Amino acid sequence: MTEGTPLTYFLILGTIMFFIGIYGFLTRRNLITILMSVELILNSVNINFVAFNKYLYPDKLQGHFFTLFIIAVAAAEAAVAIAIIINIYRNFNSINVEDADEMKY
Amino acid sequence: MSNFNYTLFIVLIPLAMFLLLGLQGHKFKKLSGILGTTGLGIAWILSLITAYQYFFVYGNVGGVFKPMLAYNSVWLQMTETLHIDMGILLDPISVMMLVVITTVSFMVHIYSNGYMKDEQGFARFFAFLSLFTFSMLGLVIATNIFQMYIFWELVGVSSYLLIGYYYQKPSAVSASKKAFIVTRFADLGFLIGILLLSFNTKTFDFISLTDIHGPAIACGAGASFLGLSVMTWSLIFVFMGGAGKSAMFPLHIWLPDAMEGPTPVSALIHAATMVVAGVYLVARLFPVYAISAPQGLEVVGYVGCFSSLFAAVIACTQYDIKRVLAYSTMSQIGYMMVGLGVSHYGGEEGLGFMASMFHLFTHAMFKALLFLGAGAIIHAVHTNEMTEMGGLRKYLPITHITFLIACLTIAGIPLLSAFFSKDEILTAAFHNNKLIFFVQLFVAGLTAFYMFRLYFRVFWNKEPHYHHTPHESPLTMTIPLMFLAVCSIFAGYIPFSQFVTSDSKPFESVMEMGIAIPSVVVGLFGILIAFVMYKKETTLPDRISTGFSFFYKWAFHKFYFDELYLFVTKKIIFRFISRPVAWFDRHIVDGTMNGISAVTNYVSFQIRGFQSGQLQQYAYVFVSGLVGLALVILYAFVK
Repeated sequence: MTEGTPLTYFLILGTIMFFIGIYGFLTRRNLITILMSVELILNSVNINFVAFNKYLYPDKLQGHFFTLFIIAVAAAEAAVAIAIIINIYRNFNSINVEDADEMKY
Repeated sequence: MSNFNYTLFIVLIPLAMFLLLGLQGHKFKKLSGILGTTGLGIAWILSLITAYQYFFVYGNVGGVFKPMLAYNSVWLQMTETLHIDMGILLDPISVMMLVVITTVSFMVHIYSNGYMKDEQGFARFFAFLSLFTFSMLGLVIATNIFQMYIFWELVGVSSYLLIGYYYQKPSAVSASKKAFIVTRFADLGFLIGILLLSFNTKTFDFISLTDIHGPAIACGAGASFLGLSVMTWSLIFVFMGGAGKSAMFPLHIWLPDAMEGPTPVSALIHAATMVVAGVYLVARLFPVYAISAPQGLEVVGYVGCFSSLFAAVIACTQYDIKRVLAYSTMSQIGYMMVGLGVSHYGGEEGLGFMASMFHLFTHAMFKALLFLGAGAIIHAVHTNEMTEMGGLRKYLPITHITFLIACLTIAGIPLLSAFFSKDEILTAAFHNNKLIFFVQLFVAGLTAFYMFRLYFRVFWNKEPHYHHTPHESPLTMTIPLMFLAVCSIFAGYIPFSQFVTSDSKPFESVMEMGIAIPSVVVGLFGILIAFVMYKKETTLPDRISTGFSFFYKWAFHKFYFDELYLFVTKKIIFRFISRPVAWFDRHIVDGTMNGISAVTNYVSFQIRGFQSGQLQQYAYVFVSGLVGLALVILYAFVK
């Protein structure tokens, strides 16, 4: 299925996804959206891992395993993050990131 | 050699009383007076026993009164040779002082039971009295000059506490501060003197200092400065401390103000005991003064002479009875200083020394009596001003008789105690310094005049309108008066030259009629003038004072010495030294520190905006940093 598609395409896809994630992380105000942006960044990294594994070391599996590992960790991270967000909502009655600014000076 | 260990209790009982009454006094209330008095009574009896044992049983070894160390312990061991001891030294003058202090203190304690009866802080008063007695006893029995200095300061503190006893009265508070600061200033000189003296002689110890064959006295002829040897300078500095405590000119200004304290305190501290500490100090170091620093002794003599004249003139113009007595005290201490100043060391030549100690002894008795009598008068009429008194002899018979005895004594009437002691001082002065002799003779007349001016004003003269009839004081107050009156009469018959002499060897002193007669005549003349002027109410005193209005005003305002000192301290020292120093401290020293903290503060306020708490801002900075770093790496390493 991927025959004839050069590696660069995957890398460009990964890069675009990564920067979309960064942009979303920096500009969104909704904590859920920020969490989604983080997932985007993680997935762009996953794509890179799989792509490099496939193209550079086709007979090895480290890249695949690493991707699986990241997916598992991302799931855990999402669970924790959502728990935090719920707590923030309970405290501030909002999930706007700008409202949660207690930790200053 | 006998065991004098019990002398320790003479000192420790007042200390114990101070601690007991000071810490637990509120529980005893009226009992505290009785407790304090009992303690002092025991100390008094022990002192009398000590005096008996020293003078009649153990002290006289082969015709000489040997100094004895009754107790000694090393208090601060600094090096092998440098250590400060605490101990008890018994020699003729310290034993004599023990008797004087405990006698007067005991009488004052009894008297205070009546006088202070209705005062607030009754226990506090007795606690401070005990503290004072403890420190004064510690001072006189000191074995070394450093112990003396420590107790010297303690005496100053207790004087401060007692002058400021009525601490709600602003005048009492300022008087106590004045006394403390002036004497403290003088003690600076004392400390310098001690350091110089012990640096040169390598000892603090009195016995080795005053050993005439010892190495200490021999080092008198050392390096010199401004024409006087270092030894002389150090002794002059030591005398400065003594002059401050003894209210000698020009450090006298605190004594009249110290009369703000309760009258028994004035009697005990500012008449009989503490103010003679300066005399005692010079007497203690007398062999050193006499042998290695005769110029120092001359300074003592002239300062004493001038002070006694100066104070006697002021005393003639004052109206506050306690102030008259204060100046009289200063004048009499001047006499004692003169006695020391005109004395030489050893035998008949040491007549002045003996006379000075003798006068100290008799003065303590009659001056305490005068002050306690004044207290009884104040107690009866509730004022210090003699213009509001008169005709009191009918109301206060006992006070009147005892006061009259004291006045006759101080005027030098024959057969009363001060006649003998004053006469011997005059004799010594006559043989050594004619100028001082004539000044002192004149002062003797002035003394008789101002004392009888006081006496006639208070007990005779016109009776003013009293708000309520004055009444005689209770027995607790009159018994000390009568006891001290008996002492004033008979103290003069103690053959002092047998016991207290400059070289501790007894000698026979003889009365020189050529000197005794003029001094008595001068005294009687003074009394006569006072009699004419003040026996009945006349306009004569006013006419005289207006006749000499310039001089009278000058003397009435104490020769403007308070004003002069105020001018010097406020207008000169405060303005030209203290203010610039304070400015430097506030603006340069504090300014540097404040500047550093202000800059730190300012910078922190400027950069604290970074800590906004906005998560995305942090992330933004982090990402831009990352991008920047990436760009740098790309530019630097990827060619």
